[in-house]
Amino acid sequence: MIRVDIRAKRFGEAPVLGPVGFEIAKGETVALIGPSGVGKTTLLRIVAGIDTDFDGAVERPEALAFVFQEPTLLLWRSALDNLLLVHPGLSRAQAVAALDSTGLAGKEALFPGQLSLGQQRRLALARAVAGQPELLIMDEPFVSLDAETAETMLALTETLIARHQPATLFVTHSRAEAERLGDRILSLRAGPEGATLD
Amino acid sequence: MQDARLTPVLSIAGLISLWVVAALLTDDAQILPTPWALVPLAAQELASGELLRHLGATLFRVIWAFALAMMLGTAIGLAMGRSERLNRWLDPWLVIFLNLPALVLIVLCYLWIGLTEAAAIIAVTLNKVPNVAAVVREGGRALDRDLDAMAQVYRMPWATRMRHVILPQLAPFIAGAARSGVAVIWKIVLVVEFLGRSSGIGFQIHLYFQLFDVALVLVYALSFICVMLLVEWLILQPWERRASRWRTA
Repeated sequence: MIRVDIRAKRFGEAPVLGPVGFEIAKGETVALIGPSGVGKTTLLRIVAGIDTDFDGAVERPEALAFVFQEPTLLLWRSALDNLLLVHPGLSRAQAVAALDSTGLAGKEALFPGQLSLGQQRRLALARAVAGQPELLIMDEPFVSLDAETAETMLALTETLIARHQPATLFVTHSRAEAERLGDRILSLRAGPEGATLD
Repeated sequence: MQDARLTPVLSIAGLISLWVVAALLTDDAQILPTPWALVPLAAQELASGELLRHLGATLFRVIWAFALAMMLGTAIGLAMGRSERLNRWLDPWLVIFLNLPALVLIVLCYLWIGLTEAAAIIAVTLNKVPNVAAVVREGGRALDRDLDAMAQVYRMPWATRMRHVILPQLAPFIAGAARSGVAVIWKIVLVVEFLGRSSGIGFQIHLYFQLFDVALVLVYALSFICVMLLVEWLILQPWERRASRWRTA
């Protein structure tokens, strides 16, 4: 169970988030939507423990994974090493299997720069699920992909979430994506004391 | 490709030609001997073992000072690049040390520590650390914050994070600092040897300067330049090519 209880988050004097509270059960997928700049990414970073400068508390499991807006890969290491360095407990065979499961079979030795953006995003997804996370956080994972690749990625994400059953929190601007992947949709909207949930 | 390999050779040949022209125009071997006049002298110094002994002494000091300066400078520069607060504290120090003449540090080290090997190496190291720190600080500022977040989320151990996340991003800055570092350090080592050591290329140059022997000054100086060119071609350039392999893959 993931419990989020944020009372306030400010950047200097500017309030970003007001009171925001929700829970995510194991295996549940929650979509977070809201206008640009409202604080969705900030909320994700707080939930992930990247941003600890806020008033409130978050209960999260140890094993978590984050899929960033950009693939955020180690460009100087091979696709396989991108998995093995992040998950040192993974065997080579398991890492190869994780790449296979995201359609990257045979790309183990390639550097991320040799992959297309769609393949880089697959690699980021493979990295995320390879560690068997209890909490999967994704920040607009399908942004800036063409419609066909976005659809393929969406289907792949659906499959991987169904297989690994993590609690999932993801941000999207597309209500269609939110409805398709999410069991529940949270909507963040701006307020005078920072953004709050509808 | 062949042109690219040939260019440095042609470039050096051009420089030697200029030297030959200048030597012929000067027409005084005591002021500027021709390159071929140095060959028997170099062979003689090599055969006596003196050249290798002094080259070894200088190389020993260069390697120690280079390694210490790179390690300290990288650590300080990275810390300053990552922490604005630390940078505000240390920036004035950096400016002071960057502008402190090499000679002052060398003389002070000899005065405070004595005319020892340790003093010589510390003096050279202290001269180079601020330059390395200033260059690496820019690298520290340019580090990808998302990669930091990624390493944090996936709980990468410190050593893994340094080796596989931080240092590869700093590689171009470290390579730049290393290249200019080697060149500067050996010049400072020569001054250190000139002033307070009884071995090394600097000491020999001091000796032959007093004897007004331009040819042997050139033999010792050029022999170390050859060593440094070998370091550049056999160590630095292959390392840089390997480190940046992913960019051209």
